This record gives sequence, C-alpha cells and structure tokens, in this order.
Amino acid sequence: MDKQQLLELKKTAVKIRRHIIDAVYHAGSGHPGGSLSCTDILTALYFKHMNVNIKNPQDANRDRFVLSKGHCAPALYSTLAVKGFFPTEELVNLRKIDSFLQGHPSLKDVPGVDMSTGSLGQGISASVGMALAGKLDKKDYRVYTIIGDGECQEGQVWEALMAGAHYKLDNLTAFLDHNGLQIDGKITDVMSPESLPEKFKAFNWNVIEIDGNDLEAIDKAIETAKATKGKPTMVVANTIKGKGVSFMEDQYGWHGKAPSKEERDNAIAELDQAMELLGGE
Amino acid sequence: MAKVATREAYGKALAEFGADPNIVVLDADLSKSTKTETFLKAYPDRFFNIGIAEANMMAIAAGMATCGKTVFASTFAIFAALRACEQVRNSICYPKLNVKIGATHAGISVGEDGASHQTVEDMAIMRSLPNMTIMCPCDGVETRAAVKAAIDLKGPVYLRLGRLALPEVHQADNFNFELGKGIQIKDGSDVTIIATGLMVYKSLEAAEMLKAQGIDARVIDMHTIKPIDQDIIIKAAKETGAIVTAEEHSIVGGLTGAVSEVLVQNYPTPLKAVAINDTFGKSGKPDELFVEYGLTPENIVKQAQEVMKIKK
Repeated sequence: MDKQQLLELKKTAVKIRRHIIDAVYHAGSGHPGGSLSCTDILTALYFKHMNVNIKNPQDANRDRFVLSKGHCAPALYSTLAVKGFFPTEELVNLRKIDSFLQGHPSLKDVPGVDMSTGSLGQGISASVGMALAGKLDKKDYRVYTIIGDGECQEGQVWEALMAGAHYKLDNLTAFLDHNGLQIDGKITDVMSPESLPEKFKAFNWNVIEIDGNDLEAIDKAIETAKATKGKPTMVVANTIKGKGVSFMEDQYGWHGKAPSKEERDNAIAELDQAMELLGGE
Repeated sequence: MAKVATREAYGKALAEFGADPNIVVLDADLSKSTKTETFLKAYPDRFFNIGIAEANMMAIAAGMATCGKTVFASTFAIFAALRACEQVRNSICYPKLNVKIGATHAGISVGEDGASHQTVEDMAIMRSLPNMTIMCPCDGVETRAAVKAAIDLKGPVYLRLGRLALPEVHQADNFNFELGKGIQIKDGSDVTIIATGLMVYKSLEAAEMLKAQGIDARVIDMHTIKPIDQDIIIKAAKETGAIVTAEEHSIVGGLTGAVSEVLVQNYPTPLKAVAINDTFGKSGKPDELFVEYGLTPENIVKQAQEVMKIKK
C-alpha cells in the first residue's frame, strides 16, 4: 500500500467515525465505543480489499461481510453509506421509526448488509456457512467477519471456530475486535475468555496478532490471510474502545451510551481536527 | 401395507429431490436417526455434518441460505426447536432465509428415550415465530409431498417428523397436496375431528368406532399447522357444530391453539382436545405411552361424545 492510499484510508476512517458519533447522537442510543474500535478494520475491508458492488449489492460473486458483534451497526452503516450503498444523509435516522436503519444489522432492510446480526455468537456461524457455500460452489469470493472479545464468552463462537477449521475454510477471515471491555467492565473481570490468541491457535486457526487501529497492519494481515491455505485466519486486532474520541477511549461506560449535544460537538471537533491534520475536510 | 416412519420418508424424499444442486443437507451427528444418511449416500458432496452443535448448525444453515442454497438442517425436534430456538428466530426467521428444519423424533412416540428427548412443545414455539411455516405430515406419502412443498417455498420451514413407523393414510397415485390446505379425508355431519401427524390415522379409527354408535364424524388431516387453513376449519364448524382436535403435542399452542384461535375469532364453536395435558412425557413403549397420555382412538371417541353434548 503506498503512502497516498494509506492517507486516503485514514481520511475515510475519520469520516466514518464522524458519522458514527453523529448517528448515535441523533438516535439518542446505540453503541459508540465498539463502533469506534472496529472502524479501521471496516475501512481497510471496504475501501481496500473487499470486492463489492454498490449497484448490485446481491452480486453472487461479491465478498461477504458479517458483523457478528452486531451492536456496532453504527460503524457498519456508516461504512456502507460512505462506500455509496445508500446516502450518508440517512445515517442520522438510525433507530428511528420510519428508517430502514434498524438498531442492529438487518439484511432485509439495509443495502449492503449480508447477514442480520445482533444476537452474539450467531454471526460467526453464519460466516462459516457463507464460506462453506463458497467452497461448495468453487467460487473465489472471500468472507469476513468481526467478533467481539466479550462475544467470545458465547459458546457458539467456539462451535463456529471448530467448524471453520474442520472444513478448512481458508476463504474465511475473522477479526477479533480485542478492546478488552464489555458492558459491565473489563472482560477479564466479568468472565475472562483469555488467552484468546492461544485458544484460537488450539482451535487450529491461523492466528495473526496486530494493532487493530493501525491501517497498515490490518492491510498486511488481510494479505497474509488471503495467502494462507488450508485453514481460516483469525486476526487478533488489539484495539482501543472509543478510538479517535479521547474522552471515550478505553472507557467501558461508552459501550452503549449516546453522547449529549456538548459531547457530540466535542467529539466532532476532535475528529475534524484529526481530519485537518491529514489534510482533508 | 408396510408401515413407514415419516423420518424414513423424509430421508428418501431428500435423496429423490436432491438432484437439484442448490440443495444442501446439514446434520448434527444424527444422520442415521434423522435418515439424512440417505441423502448423504446419494450426494456426499452436499452433505455437511456439523457435529453436536445445533445452534451452530442453524446459523451455518442461515449463512449458506444467503448464498442461494436451499438448506435442510436436521436434528431431533427437541434440539431444533428448543436448543437452537433463538438461532432459528434471529438467524433464520427474522431475515426470512431459505432454511428447512427437518425435525425428527417429535412427540412422545420417541418412546423409551423418555421426557428429555420427547418434545411436546415444539410446534407452539415454532408457531410463534414470524415468517415460519410448519408442516406435520401424517404418513410417508404426505411427507414426500411436504418435502417437495418445502423446497418450492422460499423461506423458513419447520417439518415435524416422527420416529415411529405409521400406517399409510394416503395413496401415492392420486394424492393432491397443497401447503396450507387441510385435507378432508372423511366426510361427516355430526362432529369434525381435526388431526395432525400420527393422530390422523387414529382419528380415522375413531371415526369408524363413532360410526358404529351412529355418529357421523368428519376427519380432517391438518398437515400444515402454520399458516393454518381457516376456511376448512370454519366450514367444519358451520356444518358440524362441534370440533375435536387431535395432536401428539401439548394442548398449549399447537394444533389445538391454532384451531381455537380461528374459531373464537370467526365462528365460536365447542371444542375438545386430545393432546398432552401440559406435562412432560416419560419412558415406555410408544403404544403404552399413547394409552397413558390419552392419544388413542378411544379418547378421540370420548371427546367427540363430550363435545357433542355441548354443541348448540
């Protein structure tokens, strides 16, 4: 990835973060913390790697994405809107009665959403199903999913990991959004699922550990996953919950809370400043 | 005529219609019991064992369905409808995906395995899920037709199937099956028995016994529990004035619930139920259990007599 491309991706990530803050603010509820932590992963996927068609979201040969941690819908919707699946103006209608933007991703309602999620543990299984179908049909599309670290407390995640390795789904790449926090506090205090990288290795996945808010590292990890044969890849993306908005960073209180007007303005100002430093608008 | 279990006919039908390359079959380590093994032998490339992980199986089925597959996911009904209930709701019904749940070993006719494996609640649970279609065929001929109908319908289907070999009610040669349309298999003017699954042949036996008493009973095979055939129910209520429901399921929320909902809202009519009376099953031979829980022609006769007493 050249410097110009990296710069553009960084600007896109800031753009998406601004939409996340604004959407959750207008909704009056939602999940900003985890949305901000996985923004860079979504940016690298949708703006560098994934083969998707905004004019034909159902293209049979497209790459698929499943947001297994479905509560971070604001991040997915903002990414899809910036990508062009629907107008970014719609984002402020998130969670509103007349909006198609449901509180959690709904494939029947939102163009570009490949799977309805929100109940933790199920999305990664669905992504296994998509990868299995791809293998069966000898198609070369790839399947991506993001799971949460708190989500790994759900037993179904491990059932899905078992199946992914059993069927040698090297067309499947999962990201662990490893921000270390869940609703009630630190994952290690609530119910520790650690050590996650060792567990994924023991489940026979190819495991890559990176700084999950570093676009270059994410890009390289995806390239490595694409080149890996015979097993699925888990990218353990060490992230910061609330990344990009200083007062939200690493605070579990921002898991599922909307900012006030003042907090929204401060967050947007900070992101505007970040954009300015990147030379963008 | 040789008896056949609906699970047996299900496996055969999967193999018969399985030439369609879009059909895939998943199982959770029960392929010999659910009879999906028949499909596995015919189309090994399109069969996937998910292991003892029913929740995972349902969501994998959903993922495959988003890629254009017609997915049959099979396990025992207790695990399909209860263990994996929330996966069926959120990953299959909510996005209305093309997944067919082949739920075998439903009801108390599972027999010796006992209450842990005898679901009498599955239809009630599945019936409350939006977008779900439920079929509970009464014999091998009808099971084959139900599998075909499930393939033709684009959306979630719950197929309720049994372990026990049953006598054939229908003739293969001239059988007309329409999803959502009950089949009147015997006309009658005094009372109507609406039955589903293995209670259909018992209802025919009951009708014969009633005939000996001078009671002319109509018998309806209600193979589709959802959407329920309102027309045939209301017509029967108007013409016979008394209804008996018969199901190998809890009295709560299954066929009895569905028929009652139609009647009270459209044409209030006396009804008596032959069903499991809000209790768990237990171990025993199927025939012993039928007697213990009142799932017999004799009890259908008794309930028909009772309901006729309160008929207007």
